[in-house]
Amino acid sequence: MLVSIYRYNPDADEKPFMQDIQVQLPEDKDLMVLDVLALAKQQDPSVVYRRSCREGVCGSDGMNINGNNGLACITPMSSVVKPGGKLVLRPLPGLPVIRDLVVDMSIFYKQYEKIKPYLINDTAPPAIERLQSPEDREKLDGLYECILCACCSTNCPSFWWNPDKFIGPAGLLQAYRFLADTRDTGNVERLAGLDDPFSVFRCRGVMNCVAVCPKGLNPTRAIGHIRSMLIQQGT
Amino acid sequence: MVTNVTNLGRSGLYDWIVQRFSAIILAAYSLCILANFVMNPDMDYQTWSSIFEGNAMRFFSLVTLFALCAHAWIGMWTVSTDYMTSLQLGESATFLRIMFQAGCVLLVAIYLLWGIQIFWGN
Repeated sequence: MLVSIYRYNPDADEKPFMQDIQVQLPEDKDLMVLDVLALAKQQDPSVVYRRSCREGVCGSDGMNINGNNGLACITPMSSVVKPGGKLVLRPLPGLPVIRDLVVDMSIFYKQYEKIKPYLINDTAPPAIERLQSPEDREKLDGLYECILCACCSTNCPSFWWNPDKFIGPAGLLQAYRFLADTRDTGNVERLAGLDDPFSVFRCRGVMNCVAVCPKGLNPTRAIGHIRSMLIQQGT
Repeated sequence: MVTNVTNLGRSGLYDWIVQRFSAIILAAYSLCILANFVMNPDMDYQTWSSIFEGNAMRFFSLVTLFALCAHAWIGMWTVSTDYMTSLQLGESATFLRIMFQAGCVLLVAIYLLWGIQIFWGN
């Protein structure tokens, strides 16, 4: 099988290029994209990419696989390449490339930092821990599972246009995770920080984030909830 | 919180609500005009101008004109801040964006004043 990989070494290359590597795949197995990438690296050890847990938990190997963002370690080859087709791997779009498939995620983390991703509670801490009813805990389902792989934000046109101003789907999903948490008392402060024309309102409901989230989460719905909370507070 | 001084209401929520309310007004006005065409299949200039003689229709037209101007400004401002950034245009982006926005403000103001003159002038 032909694997086409985006190559760019800023120290040596004038501009990025695609490198085709022929890889022999076992016939009886549906390998994950990460396994195929490892086989390609055996052919050319200079290929650079991030990986760690290889089971969709760490979020290190987010990349653009045949046009869609995803985690290489949990994307089966059969779901992205038709028989006889080619596997095309590029770095996550919209972020500066450090080398090959490795991108600089600083701006992504900066946006995440903006939403204050920690519990704000101005009441005195109880002796053991802040308790929560099972019903209130359920409100966090579909929110807390985000692994910050950046597949969603880097597939969002609004994040491409304004990565320094629009928080992006990943950050906003986490913003709602804390807004929805009954143990958090910082809602007024949190919402005040989001009520500008960019942070939340740059979301156009394109829903690319929902389409590509490897964990099956729905940032667009969370953004809708944040918008409703802003309306509730501001009208 | 991102500081911005060129959008309509200085708040994302305000702009978002104005955009949606103005869209409802524009849709209602379009339906009203369409209904007039349906009810007057032989529309001529006399019939057309008589529709706008009543104060109710002139007032509705004025409200729609304001809605159109607000809607257009929010839309054009958004387009300019999406596509006319330093990522796309480099260092000259801010100058080009402000010029584009100033041009839009001028056009919107001309359309508003011209519209008021058409509906309420002699």
